[in-house]
Amino acid sequence: MLERRPLVGGAAVTEEIFPGFKFSVFSYVVSLLRPEIIRDLELPRHGLQILPLESTVVPLDNGDYLGSWADPDQTRRELARHSPRDAEAATLFGRLMHHMAMAVRPILSMVPPDPASLAPSDLRGMLKFAGHFRSLGAERFHALYKLMTMSSADYLDEWFEFDPLKATKSASGIIGTFLGPRSPGTAYVLLHHYMGEIDGAFRAWGFQKGGTGAISETIARAAKAHGAEIRTGAAVERVLVRNGRATGVVLEGGEEIHAPVVVSGLDPRRTFLELVEPSQLPGDVVEGIRRFKFRGSSGKVNLALSELPNFTCLPGIGPQHRGAFSISPSLEYLERAYDDAKYGEFSRNPYMDIVIPSMIDPGMAPPGKHVMSIFVQYAPYNLTGGWTDARREAFGDAVVDTLSRYAPNIRGAILGRQVLTPQDIERTTGLTEGNIFAGELALHQLFFLRPVAGWANYRTPIEGYWQCGAGTHPGGGIMGASGRLAALEILGTRR
Amino acid sequence: MLKTTPFHARTAPLVQGQAWRRWAGHAVASAYELVHDREYAAIRNSAALLDVSPLYKYLISGRDAVRLLDRMVTRDITKCRVGQVFYTSWCDRHGKVIDDGTVSRLGEGRWRLTSAEPNLRWLSLNGAGMDVQIEEVSARLGALALQGPLSRAILQQVSPADFSALKYFRLTETTIRGEPVTISRTGYTGDLGYEIWVDAERAVPVWDALIEAGTPYGITPAGIWALDMARIEAGLIMLDVDYHSSHHALIEAQKSSPLELGLDWTVPQEKGPYTGRAVLRAERARGPAWRLVGLAVDWVSLEALYAKAGLPPQLPTAAWRVSTPVYRNGEQIGYASSGCWSPLLKQYLALAHLRAPHFTPGSEVRLEVTVEHQRLQAAATVTKLPFFDPERKKS
Repeated sequence: MLERRPLVGGAAVTEEIFPGFKFSVFSYVVSLLRPEIIRDLELPRHGLQILPLESTVVPLDNGDYLGSWADPDQTRRELARHSPRDAEAATLFGRLMHHMAMAVRPILSMVPPDPASLAPSDLRGMLKFAGHFRSLGAERFHALYKLMTMSSADYLDEWFEFDPLKATKSASGIIGTFLGPRSPGTAYVLLHHYMGEIDGAFRAWGFQKGGTGAISETIARAAKAHGAEIRTGAAVERVLVRNGRATGVVLEGGEEIHAPVVVSGLDPRRTFLELVEPSQLPGDVVEGIRRFKFRGSSGKVNLALSELPNFTCLPGIGPQHRGAFSISPSLEYLERAYDDAKYGEFSRNPYMDIVIPSMIDPGMAPPGKHVMSIFVQYAPYNLTGGWTDARREAFGDAVVDTLSRYAPNIRGAILGRQVLTPQDIERTTGLTEGNIFAGELALHQLFFLRPVAGWANYRTPIEGYWQCGAGTHPGGGIMGASGRLAALEILGTRR
Repeated sequence: MLKTTPFHARTAPLVQGQAWRRWAGHAVASAYELVHDREYAAIRNSAALLDVSPLYKYLISGRDAVRLLDRMVTRDITKCRVGQVFYTSWCDRHGKVIDDGTVSRLGEGRWRLTSAEPNLRWLSLNGAGMDVQIEEVSARLGALALQGPLSRAILQQVSPADFSALKYFRLTETTIRGEPVTISRTGYTGDLGYEIWVDAERAVPVWDALIEAGTPYGITPAGIWALDMARIEAGLIMLDVDYHSSHHALIEAQKSSPLELGLDWTVPQEKGPYTGRAVLRAERARGPAWRLVGLAVDWVSLEALYAKAGLPPQLPTAAWRVSTPVYRNGEQIGYASSGCWSPLLKQYLALAHLRAPHFTPGSEVRLEVTVEHQRLQAAATVTKLPFFDPERKKS
């Protein structure tokens, strides 16, 4: 395992940015880490400890809030305060999402078959796929079709009336994409949130003790226990290819490492266009990868705090601080945030997903002090006029300004501020254009089209050269699924 | 009305769901929050504060105190030094367990025994004719368990004692914010943790001090549901759940010896006379007929049973305490007495009593599970206890 940075994890790293204050610098919650990986690698024995992240509070512009809590009754009562009709609809919506997630879930652990191929393995895959959808029944199939084609705003309009509820739910459909809640194709991303709840008791979703870097370390320990050698500070310059076959890699500095199998966990642009010569690949593959959209749309602000934020909508310190705060007061708010980005600006009033990891794991900050992680959308990679230090700080200011409208004490509580633009994300983690999913999670870039038609099965046109990571099926989040599927495919060819 | 504990004034307003349960005639919180996940997580992540006052507590003093205890319990009490705590069981003369608890040597001739059930009569019977005073102090003494990886850091804020020097199963007489307390490095969670013994009248200020100093460390009041999950992970048995006191058993089959309960380590090979010694010696020589072991349920097998019903596995959110059959080759070889899903280990665990020879670690057995009203069987592996044993517990 070769890693360019001094620590493993890529975007899942914990770093002490300010003395005593530890941050999950980029990726900040565990989403859907596959239970079979947890079991196979015995991750709990190596340090996996996922803690519950139980609530979401949305401060509203009228001074009220919308809360969602660990207890279903409490959540229902809270929603009924705003809309008794939505409170009932939420239960039915939850059941439908459960069925939809159950329908889609097997796809997560399936190597995408190529529907255009007549190869037996692809045909078998398509048959399995078709059989799976037939088993859904008409009603659920139709619901799934709608989910796959509609915008999250339109889809949620069919269900709910309370705008902040729709806005908050739709936010999960836009994270990491260059789309707004009214863009078609965003509805299906809602599903990913419900997928975690299926393995709810398995708790593959939440906050890792020690931050997301601790997950990377846990997996590294498991790998070492199985005999893996991990080298950090070892940047791969290119893949060695001889007679159309990968034979190893060259590190920066010239060291060659030979191996019969080379697997790239980088994003598709780096895997196909940077680590190998485009001339070694078929032209249509090169073209396909060139058209693969990255378009990073989000940034991150990490704050070291002397005290907790005091939200005017829910004053004082309470259980709300142990969950997330979502700045998503209305669908229009989100869509306007997107409007700014569409024309090359960062959102003046951005969508934010805020957690305070030190409230969940006290080890993240000195006793009594806190760290705050703010995921911010939108911040376009291609900012009009380009990102500069001044624009970065202006972006940070927009975030703090927006937050201080809801929690006025925040400004005075900041001991340290780290602002990360998509460019910073790209520079530090290597993720092209700072896209947190190593390529936009949009329908035209999923399943058998991730990253490119014909090569969604973790292979590349170069024999012995394989791909995995968020740029391959089933995409991003700390889930590990693509690596596992790729490993199984590789083992299958070597038996 | 049930009795309340000395901490009731503080705990009662915190019990959001009015989820109380009975423990030795007292009302204690099952859970403080509506969902107990966080209380459980605190035990393994930060620190949980548990009101364990309903434990029975006896102060035993006098010249013959050591003689009485040594004669009564299985551990060799003559080896217990001042400031030391022994976990032990005690048996009737047939070597069947009456109760289990801790013996603390508070001073030269001053001891404290804790137990799950009343033992005043049994103590008095065993102390007949001895120079010994036995005093029940259950109501006079409040007890808090502070359990979790940050428990030491919190105590260090409120007490002058040196907790890095306080070893596992030792105690110290000290103060918390000026209130005299005894703090023992003991607990029922298998984690780094302490138990704080305080005069009932001084209980509330001690609670307040711990909450105040502990808040920056994530201290979390936790109820019995959270504790029950932690103690199963730690492989610690519970009276009336995992075994029955031989004093209450109606038939022989309801009784257990310490060897059958996996408490061999509390039954020394060499020790002077004590109640049950001869029987236990013989039993050890021939090997116990039963043994309490851990079961780890195989996830793939469990998932398959639920998948047939069209469901993802439905895991219990709290520990269960229902006797559940265990099979091997189609024959029932024992029963599980409690179990839970371990959010930490990501495993479905149970404590089970298995007949010889099926209790060897690694044996493959089957645990009954009910899936959509159907009694089915999931594969499970016999596992050595404890399931979870972190280094910090003793370090």
